[in-house]
Amino acid sequence: MSGTALNGTDLGGATRAEYCVVACADAWRGAGEILASPMGVIPSVGARLAKWTFAPDLLLTDGEATLIGLDGTVEGWLPYRQHLELVASGRRHVMMGASQIDRFGNQNISCVGDWERPRRQLLGVRGAPVNTLNNPTSYWIPRHSRRVFVERVDVVCGVGYDRAAGARHHRLPRVVSDLGVFDFETPDRSMRLASVHPGVTVEQVREATGFELTVAAEVPPTREPTPAELRLIREVVDPGGARAREVGA
Amino acid sequence: MGDKTMTAEEAVSRLESGMTLGIGGWGSRRKPMALVRALLRSDVRDLTVVSYGGPEVGMLAAAGRLRKLVTAFVTLDSIPLEPHYRAARERGAFELAEIDEAMFMWGLRAAANRLPFLPVRAGLGSDVMRINPGLRTVTSPYEDGETFVAMPALRLDAALVHVNRADRLGNGQYLGPDPYFDDLFCAAAESAYLSCERVVDTAELAKTGGPQSLLVKRHRVTGVVEAPGGAHFTSCAPDHDRDEAFQKLYATTPWPEFSARFLAGDEAAYRAAVAAWREEGA
Repeated sequence: MSGTALNGTDLGGATRAEYCVVACADAWRGAGEILASPMGVIPSVGARLAKWTFAPDLLLTDGEATLIGLDGTVEGWLPYRQHLELVASGRRHVMMGASQIDRFGNQNISCVGDWERPRRQLLGVRGAPVNTLNNPTSYWIPRHSRRVFVERVDVVCGVGYDRAAGARHHRLPRVVSDLGVFDFETPDRSMRLASVHPGVTVEQVREATGFELTVAAEVPPTREPTPAELRLIREVVDPGGARAREVGA
Repeated sequence: MGDKTMTAEEAVSRLESGMTLGIGGWGSRRKPMALVRALLRSDVRDLTVVSYGGPEVGMLAAAGRLRKLVTAFVTLDSIPLEPHYRAARERGAFELAEIDEAMFMWGLRAAANRLPFLPVRAGLGSDVMRINPGLRTVTSPYEDGETFVAMPALRLDAALVHVNRADRLGNGQYLGPDPYFDDLFCAAAESAYLSCERVVDTAELAKTGGPQSLLVKRHRVTGVVEAPGGAHFTSCAPDHDRDEAFQKLYATTPWPEFSARFLAGDEAAYRAAVAAWREEGA
């Protein structure tokens, strides 16, 4: 029974995308009755997986102004103005993207190059400044590279530990990439490799990171999805396989 | 109580070069595009635009009408990055005041409340403070002693917004899921021009949606413009979705070409050009 569910789903070999999904889902473990704000496909699949399993009290949105249950039942109204208020209340854990992120978790989505005259204009600071000072903010990076994990971000949008000055509600629980999971559980709150996804080596992570990571002598593998989680991901939460388009095998 | 209906051209004729304009909607959603198209046909320029930016910013930037932009982002939503905005920004075509989404909202609220600023827990520690050197902080006078950003009021000379229904007096109704910040834009402005999908009798307003859908109040509105499809190609739920195919065309067509084909004539010409383009694809 170990490899195959009753209904015949092949549970052999979780894919890289599926490790990423559970690593993202775990960000909301124990979060209680708060809003999960996932940005990107894999964090969205992760948030729904979390609600299906170990975090049933999570609030989810339809991406517009409506709070919905797992079956799409409307249970609330959350237009942008109320969403901003909810951020201020802290009752939300957002998982944002990052065009650049540095060792202290400073994040950039504004532009690349000199802000006065950017080489590449991106989205803009959006709500990253307010998010990082008010509610827990995690990051999802689908393609881990030295272009993203940089020594210094060009524009600080999301605030990192070295610039937060101990702000009372500032917390960056984790960074998940296609290579591993990272946290800031170090004395100086710089980024640490918390786990590597199976099939990835520590050296590979170091190679793809543009700054010195804290790496323990023994880095655990990212936890395995349980058979029940794999079945939910494959059959219920993401039957169309959108996750594989964000992170390949 | 006067009839405030006017054409988009009449509304735009009241705008002047150098003004600060607030533009409602959010990203590529419920943008007052018919008013923006009329603005592009005018000779108004040197604008400071205050917007949760969508294609109107890309168009005004590409057309060289922007002196300054106040925003937290510019996006087409389904197309994350606005190409015409990006190109203009990368060639340094205008000044940018880039602020956080919440700071933006509190700036509008401050203006609507005739306050010089409102405190907001956002911006500190981020480069928003570096790239907006005029921003100041304020310390709580109470026991907590926390420091906040004193977000200055975003006062507007005029606001342009688009809603689903309005009456001739300027009462505006939204029927979609999100009011965005359109009422705040109107309240933060000296004058406000409200375009709508359909002008209806006041008595009609209460029949569709409850009183809470009556977002914009007439005492804040200077002009009402009936503009069916006036948000095109952005979304205007529930009247119509975003025109994704046309948005893609906009995003992938060089600006001079797009502008010549779709924006050379009046609003009727625009609609005809869009219809002709759709015929070609059919």
